[in-house]
Amino acid sequence: MSYHSFLLEPISCHAWNKDRTQIALCPNNHEVHIYKKDGNNWSKIHVLKEHNGQVTGIDWAPESNRIVTCGTDRNAYVWTLKGDVWKPTLVILRINRAARCVKWSPKENKFAVGSGSRLISVCYFEQDNDWWVCKHIKKPIRSTILCLDWHPNNILLAAGSCDFKCRIFSAYIKEVEEKPAPTAWGSKMPFGEVMFESTGTSGWVHGVCFSDSGNRVAWASHDSTVAVAEGGKTAVCASLTSETLPLLCVTFITENSLVAAGHDCYPVLFVYDSNKAAMSFGGKLDVPKQSAQKGMTARERFQNLDKKATTDSKEAVLESVHKNSISQISILNGGKAQCAKFCTTGMDGGMAIWDVKVLSIVKHVRVQMQ
Amino acid sequence: MAKNTLSSRFRKVDIDEFDENKFVDDHDEAADQQGPDAVEIDRDMMAALHIALRNPPINSKNPAIKERAQAAVLRVLTSFKSSDIEPAVKSLDKNGVDLLMKYIYKGFERPTENSSAILLQWHEKAFAVGGLGSIVRVMTARKTV
Repeated sequence: MSYHSFLLEPISCHAWNKDRTQIALCPNNHEVHIYKKDGNNWSKIHVLKEHNGQVTGIDWAPESNRIVTCGTDRNAYVWTLKGDVWKPTLVILRINRAARCVKWSPKENKFAVGSGSRLISVCYFEQDNDWWVCKHIKKPIRSTILCLDWHPNNILLAAGSCDFKCRIFSAYIKEVEEKPAPTAWGSKMPFGEVMFESTGTSGWVHGVCFSDSGNRVAWASHDSTVAVAEGGKTAVCASLTSETLPLLCVTFITENSLVAAGHDCYPVLFVYDSNKAAMSFGGKLDVPKQSAQKGMTARERFQNLDKKATTDSKEAVLESVHKNSISQISILNGGKAQCAKFCTTGMDGGMAIWDVKVLSIVKHVRVQMQ
Repeated sequence: MAKNTLSSRFRKVDIDEFDENKFVDDHDEAADQQGPDAVEIDRDMMAALHIALRNPPINSKNPAIKERAQAAVLRVLTSFKSSDIEPAVKSLDKNGVDLLMKYIYKGFERPTENSSAILLQWHEKAFAVGGLGSIVRVMTARKTV
């Protein structure tokens, strides 16, 4: 497990390249910085300046090596590496509010942008006009889209929104792909069709994730709950309320287990049991440093009693690795089926890489591989 | 001066009502939720608490029902002895603790002479079981008790 502090400002968003030697991140401003790993250090090799507003989403397509970024300036750019320079191509999203999140589809021929305009822009490249074109999914979204994730079939798109719902839409573009085969979520998938809409949880949906097979979708919402829905004739939902602060990002690491992180600054493991359609808490995944416990003097005790009305000797210092909320989590290797390493970035400007095997030995957490 | 600057009736118009994009919550049918039956609450305190927390008027739009429910629950909470609070909270399940937190915060909104102190004790015990998550759920719930 390693932690690297990149900046003092929050890292708004990050994305890794295919072989995980380079990371693109936004240091809470209008630029995207690309760092390259050499040895134990990270050196900044590129600065991508084109946006006029904070960059809110970055995604790096592993096979075609293109980066798509979106920002509060209502634009998205697709960057291609020409020689040693990243060249941007503007994509007109036709939105009148900030873009919030962007994701390449698994085949990298489309990407989806969620925005505050209460719609999702699905963009694809039109060969004849040599231009990125977008189509909108508007109904029945009633508020900002905060997070997106693609189904492995390249057609279905899960979106979490501020109208308290997680939905699965069809983003089938007939110009670039063939009709999809039926999935657990339904068989008729015209563009914009709602295949699933969540009920039960309230609170903004901060993070959404499909499992590796695409049959399950998990979402974390602002009422401190995590929920998993399994597709089928009738979708089965299981949710778990937690005693912690809300979680901001969630990802599957095997078909049955999820890792989520948020305002409590440490990642947590959840396990989903499909037989009982129930979720359970798997354990805190942080590895805290052992701080020396010094004894309290009588003077300190009275001071504590005066200030905080308690004689507890616990200082108000976070023991977790991240010192501020974790805003994004990404899988480094193993994919969503057998994740071996994942990475978290947060508001403290730092990035931590977590090793699943080491964590499961150290913390005695059970990670069900199936 | 022109005559139309004298009228200020336009200031009383609530323009948010006319906004086409205004968010309206999903309308759930308020099933027969009359709130807890006030008569039963005079016997055993533990049972009284469970009865009071039954049938919360969450989906109801009728403020009178909500007032009655709140008053009933507050009566039960204030008649508990301090030492009995902790076992009572422990006897509730997760949803019960969340519901209790909602009533506690509703009780904070209208403090009376004795209510705040006892509510704070209830809050401390409920927080120990429900954690920050239960408080977050009180803040984010669209359907209040």
